[in-house]
Amino acid sequence: MQMAGKTSEQSYDLPDALGHFGQFGGIFVAETLIPALDELRAEYERAIADPAFMAEFHYELKHYVGRPSPLYHARRLSEEFGGAQIYLKREDLNHTGAHKVNNTIGQALLARRMGKKRVIAETGAGQHGVASATVAARYGLECVVYMGSEDVKRQAPNVFRMKLLGAKVVPVESGSKTLKDAMNEAMRDWVTNVDSTYYIIGTCAGPHPYPRLVRDFQSVIGEECKVQCAEQLGRQPDAVLACVGGGSNAIGIFYPYIEVPGVRLIGVEAGGHGVETGKHAAPLTTGAKPGVLHGQRVNLMQDENGQVIETHSVSAGLDYPGVGPEHCYLNEVGRAEYVAINDDEALAAFHDLCRFEGIIPALESSHALAYARKLAPTMRRDQVIVVNLSGRGDKDIPTLARLSGIEL
Amino acid sequence: MASRIQKTFASLKQLGRKALIPYITAGDPNPGITVSLMHALVRGGADIIELGVPFSDPMADGPVIQKAAERALAHGVSLKQVIAMVETFRKDDLDTPVVLMGYANPVEAMGYESFSQQAVAAGVDGVLTVDLPPEEAEERVAILKRHGLDPIFLLAPTTPPSRVARIAGLASGYVYYVSLKGVTGAANLDVASVADKMLELRANISLPIGVGFGIRDAASAAAVAGVSDAVIIGSRIVQELELGENGLQERLVGFLSGVRHAVDAACA
Repeated sequence: MQMAGKTSEQSYDLPDALGHFGQFGGIFVAETLIPALDELRAEYERAIADPAFMAEFHYELKHYVGRPSPLYHARRLSEEFGGAQIYLKREDLNHTGAHKVNNTIGQALLARRMGKKRVIAETGAGQHGVASATVAARYGLECVVYMGSEDVKRQAPNVFRMKLLGAKVVPVESGSKTLKDAMNEAMRDWVTNVDSTYYIIGTCAGPHPYPRLVRDFQSVIGEECKVQCAEQLGRQPDAVLACVGGGSNAIGIFYPYIEVPGVRLIGVEAGGHGVETGKHAAPLTTGAKPGVLHGQRVNLMQDENGQVIETHSVSAGLDYPGVGPEHCYLNEVGRAEYVAINDDEALAAFHDLCRFEGIIPALESSHALAYARKLAPTMRRDQVIVVNLSGRGDKDIPTLARLSGIEL
Repeated sequence: MASRIQKTFASLKQLGRKALIPYITAGDPNPGITVSLMHALVRGGADIIELGVPFSDPMADGPVIQKAAERALAHGVSLKQVIAMVETFRKDDLDTPVVLMGYANPVEAMGYESFSQQAVAAGVDGVLTVDLPPEEAEERVAILKRHGLDPIFLLAPTTPPSRVARIAGLASGYVYYVSLKGVTGAANLDVASVADKMLELRANISLPIGVGFGIRDAASAAAVAGVSDAVIIGSRIVQELELGENGLQERLVGFLSGVRHAVDAACA
């Protein structure tokens, strides 16, 4: 890959000034938004150079979110899977129940610093919507969350949660009525209210500088993991696994490991009904052609005419036709590997974690667990897999009940 | 050699008239009718036609044009078919410039080189890609220009003067000033602020400036014509398409000629 042969900690310095990760990323938005993105980039640079800003960010992560999240040795699960030891990075224990809040705190602090009184967000599973509504309440900001009407139905508990937190939830009826359409609608709101409004993008996607700043805020996951591995194992893991929709929890744990040799980074996409059926959300695993959507050039599920096609996954949070540009780059240069896990494999892993460890994981995170179940038996017992347990599964209980034919 | 768009603006200038540029989405309400609607627009007084290329994720469009794209995509309308529609249109109209307006991905999927060849062969004159700002445009626009296509760029109320000059360096044909912060079809057009911005823009750009977004009737068209070089009307025209095919061509001609008269009267 590009940094081959270099050993310095700083040799990986993507994205470039215009947000490119190799051929991916960039700024593909209508002219009206360009000055807002310029302003955001400039303010972000000032913020991360400001010790007071970073101190407040870390204070909030510690006292409001409850970081650091534990790195937990799942011994019974490891026995069950056989082979490598499974450690779980417990992002499910964060306030709001997922990794999403790391990013929303960072961006809400930025919004406040920029004098914006109103924040908007898109959400799929509802975790980012909840995390946005939470920080909006915490910092006294007005909050509007756009959510595909299909997802509103699938994720009723999170919709109610957002409303309890004072956010307005707007169901989006256009297109496939899922995450990508929610993002379109949030962009339309932003272009209309660009002076007053800060758009909190929930994943490491969208126009520059979002992929970078979301990665930076989420990289607290990987930074902690490195310290915890050193403490608990005396070394770094052999493989780090994370589910990938847009890819924010994955980039958060991968990023600090990019230049650590010997650590495999494996992103697990949603295989849906199976990648061979075409009904999935696995653009990297299936080698989807690069395309332009939501302000970025990324590997994109599209038809031969460049129309974005509908995705399928049991987990709303992975139901996205693209994937963040940095993942596209890491895939292209071979630093990270990407695989797909089908709905039923994810569900099986979900039940494994419930029964063997007493932890109810999010369906999204269950995809990463399911790949650990495949990978662990191919490894030695003294080897280590860290799975980023990006969220807890409370929100998925209605889905699980429905799939089991149970009425709650 | 001057492009068809340049010739159109030059002759309008000589006559002391402003350009009227209606927009329809290709394939809405069905692919078979688009070419006849383009001719109807010309009969109604169109100087240039902006022909929308439907896209699955029209982020900069309001509900009216979103639904137009959905209707067209329900018929499977592709960029290739849109180019073929222009080719058919050209058999009967060699003068009216046609600008394809849409989003980057269908062109990315076809490839800029292949797209440019096919578009020029069919008689397309300009290309307006909503989500292709100058930051990403240089190499792509160079291909369009090499084939003789005019790249039409957007300018926005938020665009600072330094960017206007940069965009002027890339654009040809005309530039499209987005009259408001918002999506297509929004209702908050403020002609006074457009007039102010126009002065600032003209200091940095010599190309003709069209104004669009939020122009809904003869009165707002006339007001905008008073301060710009071209009036661009999209959502309001697509609303006529929304009403169905019954008497559609007559309705289009009727609406547009009313706007035409108002625009010409405003500049007389």
